[in-house]
Amino acid sequence: MTVLFDLVLCALMLLAALAAIGGRGLFRATVFFVAYGITVALAWVRLGAIDVALAEAAIGAGLTGLLLLGAVARLRRAGAPEFPVRAGLVPALAAAGVAGATGWVALRVPGAGGLWTEAGEALPLSGVENPVTAVLLNFRAWDTLLESIVLLAALLAVWALAREEEWEAPVGPPLHARPGGVLEGMARLLPPVGIVVGVFLVWAGASQPGGAFQGGTVLAAVGLIAALAGLVALPRPDSGSWRTALAAGPAVFLLVGASGLALGGLLLFPPDWAKAMILTVEVFLTLSIAATLALLVLGPPQPRRMP
Amino acid sequence: MTGSVVLFVVTASALIGIGLWGFLVQAHLLRRVLAFNVVGSGLFLLFGALGWRGGGVDPVPQALVITGIVVALAATAVALWLVGRFAEETGRADLPEDRREDRQEKSSAGGRP
Repeated sequence: MTVLFDLVLCALMLLAALAAIGGRGLFRATVFFVAYGITVALAWVRLGAIDVALAEAAIGAGLTGLLLLGAVARLRRAGAPEFPVRAGLVPALAAAGVAGATGWVALRVPGAGGLWTEAGEALPLSGVENPVTAVLLNFRAWDTLLESIVLLAALLAVWALAREEEWEAPVGPPLHARPGGVLEGMARLLPPVGIVVGVFLVWAGASQPGGAFQGGTVLAAVGLIAALAGLVALPRPDSGSWRTALAAGPAVFLLVGASGLALGGLLLFPPDWAKAMILTVEVFLTLSIAATLALLVLGPPQPRRMP
Repeated sequence: MTGSVVLFVVTASALIGIGLWGFLVQAHLLRRVLAFNVVGSGLFLLFGALGWRGGGVDPVPQALVITGIVVALAATAVALWLVGRFAEETGRADLPEDRREDRQEKSSAGGRP
């Protein structure tokens, strides 16, 4: 019965991926991509990896989908033509060959045991009960610190695409929401719920599925809905308070990590202090992740004149 | 669950193939960003399915995949804003080296601006 469910799920995943990549029409491809992201998130649920499923649904399907929809609209305004696939036998054979070889190797590779037992043994010393959060913010804190800096670097790259004369404008595209329309109603209704869910995901991440990235994404989505409905003013890229919010996460992460130097080593959290240190990092990291993700989706400053 | 894990490994490999196929047959830059994301999520799923240890997925691959999903979003955002800007400058969403009909045009009329 469950294998049957997985069979249907895998078939849906493959069909949605094919429709997103080879199907006609950019808008339709984008919609199929979001559906694809949801099926991938379901696959992670089936594997029992709820933390990854939350991240995939919120970031892989949600925010990526929003970015894609914005890009489709922008390409349409720019008048960029669409064209059909250049189907041929060689690309299909090459892709099938790579897929076949990957699957064959993956199924033949003997299991190496992984780090399951090591992570489980060290878990009581990590300060949190969720093993994924323990890996992200303690055992592999380096990865997560550098990842938060990658997000910041990506935002700098996006902002660098602004034209000289647009630099004074607020970030994001010009938005026209109908006053009293559905979007505005939703934007008044959803944020209180979204903020509670976002904060809960961060807090619960210590012992249950969730964490700074999942919670931060929900908070970013709340901000984006309010911004799209025109309920909050968009900041300029040189806004001091926004820049503080963007840098606070990586900065506090580095400071807390450096304070570990006195207690054992850089980014080493002693067991007695680990919980407090991780929670401090997570609070500021969530703030920065939410701000960075929302600004990445809104894009560089753009002119406000009507098209 | 073992049967399902094999199923996910096979599906993930097929997703990597579908993404690669998209790279080869699509010249449209937004489709290539889609293809990049399908290859990425296929690889993540393969990594996760291979981390199956009877009852759950090894937390280390899980954490690495979460990091990967966030970095993929950052790369996608930069790529999509770059494609949008490129289209505004040129009116196209594909690169000159991918245009077969343009090669002809270039040799006869000296190329597009």
